[in-house]
Amino acid sequence: MVIALGERSLLLDVGIRAVFHTALLFGVFLLFAGHNAPGGGFIGGLVTAAAFVLRFVGDPDGEQGRPLPFHPTTLLGGGLALAVLTGVAAWLFGGDLLESGKATLDLPLVGDVKVTSALPFDIGVYLVVVGLVGTVLTTLGTEREQRS
Amino acid sequence: MPGRLVGDLVLTAPAPLRRSAALLALLGLHAVLAGAAPVLGRRLGPRVLLVCALAPAATVAWALARAGGVLDGRPVTEVRPWVGELGVELAFRLDGFSLLMVALVSGIGVPVFVYAWRYFAPRPDIGRFAGLLTAFAGAMLGVVLTDNLLVLYVCWELTSITSYLLIGFDDTKAPARAAALQALLITGAGGLAMLAGFVLLGQAAGTYTFSEILADPPTGTTVGIAAALVLAGAFTKSAQVPFHSWLPGAMAAPTPVSAYLHSATMVKAGVYLIARFAPALAPVVGWWRPVVVSVGVVTMLVGGLAALRQHDVKLLLAHGTVSQLGFLVALFGAGWEEATFAAAALLLAHGLFKATLFMTVGIVDHAAHTRDLRQLSGLHATLRPVAVVAVIATASMAGLPPFLGFVAKEAGLEALLHEGSSATLVLVGIVAGSALTVAYGARYVWGAFATKPGRAGAPMAATPVEPPGAAILAPAVVLTVATVLLGAVPALADPLVEGAATSLDPRVEGVHLALWHGITVALGLSVLAVTVGVALFVGRDRMARLQAALPRTSSGTEVYQATLTATLRLADRVTSVVQSGSLPRYLQVALVTLLVLPGTALLSGPGLPDDLAIAESPLQVVVAALVVGAALAAARSRRRFAAVLCLGGVGYGVAVLFVIQGAPDLALTQLLVETLAVVIFVLVLRHLPERFSETSRRLSRLSRAAVSAGVGTFVAAFALIAGAARQEPAVSGEHLARALPDGGGRNVVNVILVDFRGLDTMGEITVLAVAALGIASLVLSGRSERTAGLAAHDPDEPAPATEADGPVGAVSSAGGDRLG
Repeated sequence: MVIALGERSLLLDVGIRAVFHTALLFGVFLLFAGHNAPGGGFIGGLVTAAAFVLRFVGDPDGEQGRPLPFHPTTLLGGGLALAVLTGVAAWLFGGDLLESGKATLDLPLVGDVKVTSALPFDIGVYLVVVGLVGTVLTTLGTEREQRS
Repeated sequence: MPGRLVGDLVLTAPAPLRRSAALLALLGLHAVLAGAAPVLGRRLGPRVLLVCALAPAATVAWALARAGGVLDGRPVTEVRPWVGELGVELAFRLDGFSLLMVALVSGIGVPVFVYAWRYFAPRPDIGRFAGLLTAFAGAMLGVVLTDNLLVLYVCWELTSITSYLLIGFDDTKAPARAAALQALLITGAGGLAMLAGFVLLGQAAGTYTFSEILADPPTGTTVGIAAALVLAGAFTKSAQVPFHSWLPGAMAAPTPVSAYLHSATMVKAGVYLIARFAPALAPVVGWWRPVVVSVGVVTMLVGGLAALRQHDVKLLLAHGTVSQLGFLVALFGAGWEEATFAAAALLLAHGLFKATLFMTVGIVDHAAHTRDLRQLSGLHATLRPVAVVAVIATASMAGLPPFLGFVAKEAGLEALLHEGSSATLVLVGIVAGSALTVAYGARYVWGAFATKPGRAGAPMAATPVEPPGAAILAPAVVLTVATVLLGAVPALADPLVEGAATSLDPRVEGVHLALWHGITVALGLSVLAVTVGVALFVGRDRMARLQAALPRTSSGTEVYQATLTATLRLADRVTSVVQSGSLPRYLQVALVTLLVLPGTALLSGPGLPDDLAIAESPLQVVVAALVVGAALAAARSRRRFAAVLCLGGVGYGVAVLFVIQGAPDLALTQLLVETLAVVIFVLVLRHLPERFSETSRRLSRLSRAAVSAGVGTFVAAFALIAGAARQEPAVSGEHLARALPDGGGRNVVNVILVDFRGLDTMGEITVLAVAALGIASLVLSGRSERTAGLAAHDPDEPAPATEADGPVGAVSSAGGDRLG
């Protein structure tokens, strides 16, 4: 006996389409806002992953493309590498491992933008989280096709 | 300024180096060539071995340049910091004894590399071989040069690993693999014991610097234990009884490896260690001298007797090595200054003649395609130059004048005679061992080169041979010239040997090697040994019958095999008990352990704090009631899907509690993790039956309920008590204060994650990545099994629950980590 994910429903389809991109953006927003407001790489990653899960639930057979635009292992490896490199970079520049550095960039039109080295590290965390959920989706999720 | 509060990672600034960098550079050269050899081998073929020979050649050249000062008692040292907190520094020291060892390791290394170049036909993996041999040589060099016990251990293990790969180099042959594994397990086990011994010694002495420990050895019971452990390492490495079984097996290696491993490296590492420690520890540790000397003598006799039984000439020589190592250990181990001096000479002599002998075996093997002395015949005529070299090397091994082996053995006998009555038993054993050496030496020469009698009295037909090239013999000739020259004119070897022995034991000063001591007792003993040895060889048929009649002395291989089998069987049994394959049972074991160990500790600890509040707001009570209700419903539910939804309800309820406490980040995370967990559960549930199985008995259900209730109570009590047990001020205040100025962020939670505790986060995302890969491989491997099984089984048959539950457990715990 198998619990099916059910027939596709128009309501769900439309609802997901409305929410999907918003959720993606919201995840990225949380990632960048995280240093000063609630959020961060982990939470942002979870929200982004939730967006992909949502799309997967609406389209379990992958008729509208793969669950994730990237191969999840690329995200895992890339995120991990980014986080490690950020940490090591601080060390190479003479600080402690993972010591955070700050810089204020004066961008034209945008104005002053504060950048900390914690951001690329957090992006690494973000990518790993998305990659983890993506792995689960592509392995557990696509199992259905194999069975039928 | 560092924003980190974790102060456990302190990086020490590199200290200025003290002396020349040549020692480290030479080791580096070995490493570089070892790494480059596999690449070079593809283009150069066997010639890559000549390129790799540059490493030992450079070492020899450098050692020669430094020899004068070193032998005058001015060692070359070099110290670089490595792990300062543990007292590990890359300390190297070239003193007289190290110089002798370098002369062996690199000086014999060069001929061995040249020999290997001619020995191997072009083969695709020649580069790998050259790399391994170079790495092996480099590791051995590290062992004899380092002045730090822990670095010595690292190099020691490197020789174990590289020798494992070299012995098993013909990895398509099962005996070679088994022999390699045996060598690795025995020497590896000894190495671990040795490490423990080193740590005890280092702690007792307050330093890990080898020369300082030897100069002022610590005393006490600890040192006795440390000495026993270090000896375990040395005995296994140098194939002393009862750990000698691996060395004869190791001759499964390609012959160039055997020539190197049996003469100058690996087995000499244990001798090296005993030689270093004996003068310092023999006076301090009461049992040292009797134990080490008797182990050495017994090994000498056991090896000699075993060598007389062999038909494979290479195996014969391998047992001969065991015997000679026993001789060396007995001489060095006593810690008597004259014996130490003699042993240093024997070390040199043995390296020269044993490398030569193995090289001749390799040539015979290549030319005649057999090493069985019952099939070899007439090679003395067809391989005349090889036979001459082999006879000279054997004569040196048997202790016949005028070769270096004779000079060394004579010095040894003199030394033991000078020690008087305390050494009488040792002397008897060593004379007997020398007689055996003469006998098996003769057996080797006769077995490999003589014309044997055939069936009907007529001489056996000469074994057909392919004539070897001159180049393959050249290295053996070079070593033989050294054996002859140093034997005939011992004054040439004297400075090196004396310098080596003096650096071990300053009392040696003034002892010299001599070819002719006059008519002495020692000479008489030598004559006796040779006479008995020749008699043993002449009466070899009777000897063989006698040995066959005697109960076979265990070669140690049986013991090794029995130990291995017993270990594997025990592991099997333990696994079948511990790994039942039932997820509920694993969970129960883990939880009961939690209740029994920390639970009992909690009962004896401080009680619950007095100022407990039931709730801070009515809302908390409501939410908590909902959480409890959902949890109970999850436990009571008979349908999996309903249970999962109830679990999700528990999670959301907890998230609400976080919100009430004013922790938005935590609540948000909890909410998202719960959502994703439910979705993932649903993905898995598709493959599981709709309902839980009803088979569990009432009793087991009751016990599960009891365990659950107990764990729940424990966790709640623990949280309350631990929270109240704080004595130091909380770090949260500091985190809050430093978040913006040091971490550059106003969200303290995030600053903690990416900055203050950044290293933890790095570890956690690594765990996440590993968990993801684990899920993928578990599911994919399970799927291929299942699709394979589907063909045979009813497709409606559900998959076993544990198979699919595993990954989900991994996801929830990985996500849960973050919340803790």
